[in-house]
Amino acid sequence: MRQTATPNPTKSGFLGRMSMTRGEKHNFWLGLLFVSPWIIGFLVFLAYPIVSSAYLSLTDFTGFGTPNFVGLENYQRMFQDEIFYKALQNTLYYTVLAIPIGVVVALILAFAMNQALPEIGLYRTILYLPSILPAFAVSFIFIWLLNPKFGLVNLFLGMFGVPTIDWFGDPEWSKFAIVLLAQVGAGGNALIFLAGLRGIPKTLYEAADIDGATPWHKFRFITLPLLTPVILYNIITGLSGGLQVFESAYITTGCGPADSTLFYVFYLYNNAFRYGQMGYASALSWFLFIVSVLLAVLLFWWSKRWVNYEVVS
Amino acid sequence: MTRTKKSMWLARIVLVVACLLFLSPFYWMINTALKEAPELSVFPPTLVPKIWKWENFTEAMGYFPFWRYLGNTVLITVLSTIGSVASNFVIAYGFSRIHWKGRDALFGIMLATMFIPFPVTMIPTFIIFAKLGWINTYLPMIVPSFFGAAFSVFLLRQFLMQIPFEISEAARVDGASEFQTMWRIILPLSKPALSVVAIFSALGTWNNFLGPLLYLQDEKLYTLSIGLTAFRSQHDVDMNLLMAASTLVVLPVVVVFFMFQKAFVEGMTLGSIK
Repeated sequence: MRQTATPNPTKSGFLGRMSMTRGEKHNFWLGLLFVSPWIIGFLVFLAYPIVSSAYLSLTDFTGFGTPNFVGLENYQRMFQDEIFYKALQNTLYYTVLAIPIGVVVALILAFAMNQALPEIGLYRTILYLPSILPAFAVSFIFIWLLNPKFGLVNLFLGMFGVPTIDWFGDPEWSKFAIVLLAQVGAGGNALIFLAGLRGIPKTLYEAADIDGATPWHKFRFITLPLLTPVILYNIITGLSGGLQVFESAYITTGCGPADSTLFYVFYLYNNAFRYGQMGYASALSWFLFIVSVLLAVLLFWWSKRWVNYEVVS
Repeated sequence: MTRTKKSMWLARIVLVVACLLFLSPFYWMINTALKEAPELSVFPPTLVPKIWKWENFTEAMGYFPFWRYLGNTVLITVLSTIGSVASNFVIAYGFSRIHWKGRDALFGIMLATMFIPFPVTMIPTFIIFAKLGWINTYLPMIVPSFFGAAFSVFLLRQFLMQIPFEISEAARVDGASEFQTMWRIILPLSKPALSVVAIFSALGTWNNFLGPLLYLQDEKLYTLSIGLTAFRSQHDVDMNLLMAASTLVVLPVVVVFFMFQKAFVEGMTLGSIK
């Protein structure tokens, strides 16, 4: 394939020059043909649903019959709905707790795995395997693992004199218990960090050694800056996972105790599929859409200030 | 000790502790799965079952139709994996091996869509499938995979970009059409990347909880994910049986992991670094 075909990109918009040579035209339609499954999928499973839920959010749709137009009623209700704020707060709390814990755990594991130990393959397997196991099955295991009386965790903590914690039953602990559950997946993130660590050129450390740098300086001024792209990747996936946290709470706590694990998507799900409030749930999903777009833009802007793309091997 | 030796031992200690922590849920699962019911309420809980009751596994299978749910899950997984590999490959080919106007702009849009959480589209998508009469069928879990997934396309595109373009050029000089070039030349070269996509989409389907929860109401059609959930709501107190059932659900993934370990590990890191 000729690689010279990129015309002046600054020229008008999406398609560049509007007039194309025959070869360009042929390639244009051919390219569109190849990516057409995605275009169809994009229109049917993304664009249409977003527009459709915008419309539904302005109606009193219950899931059956014809929706009646109610204007902005659902949005007004949303901003006066205490449970909505509660769900938002829970989700925020969870995300703010889960992201840094996730990054730190994965980083520690990655640093340890970066040492040239002969038995490293064994550690890697043990740490990584849990991250691919079905989250629903892991959630069931945690119900029993964190059982206040018969769980391993309290048995272990009890040996150090820690009083019994009712992890999933105490509103003070329930969100943390779900963050703990999410750490089962830390091995996967650790591998991503490990790949990042191995991508840092050795020469940088050698140069630092010559300059007499301490391990802390090397970490602070070489390792950490060069890992920022991976940290950003982790924050992105952590944020999207945090906004969508549902499954583990659905299984372990069922949004209790005292609504302490009623996360945003859980509330959305309840309204749509349990309370027959599709219209209101659509308003909730549109709010989620706007929040995710805003967060993506914010993250992109913020990342420019601290993510280092300069030396990447 | 030298500094390297010291840090090696520190790493070893961290890793051994981490491995013990990561294994502990599964140890507790198997430990409980093997206990007799009365031993469950012994306090403090025993670290090794007094009597190893292997019958728990057969009993658990009697409590919920494990083989049927396994079969259902395998069926959905195989079909959606086929769809995912086929569609993502063709789409990634169009985004990498053919040069056309607007390609990179469209690719940018595709990447941006990864930021949109599924719950945003959940309700209208549900309504579409309900209108099509697809509730209580596997189609909502299978059909979308035939239309590509942004992350898999991204991953495959990175790989396809690295295959020298001279190869395609030579095929074209020999009179091969774009389809022939893709099918006969690029496809065989892409096997490593395709196996990664296959494994991760299979894993995604196997582990899918929300899809079956929304679309399957007929108990006969259940997958392992909601089958296990139903099991729990029916036998809440039989923790040994629930843990035996969980072991049965986790086991196939463990087996597949050891069969394709390399592709799993590669797949985890392929897409992440630029």
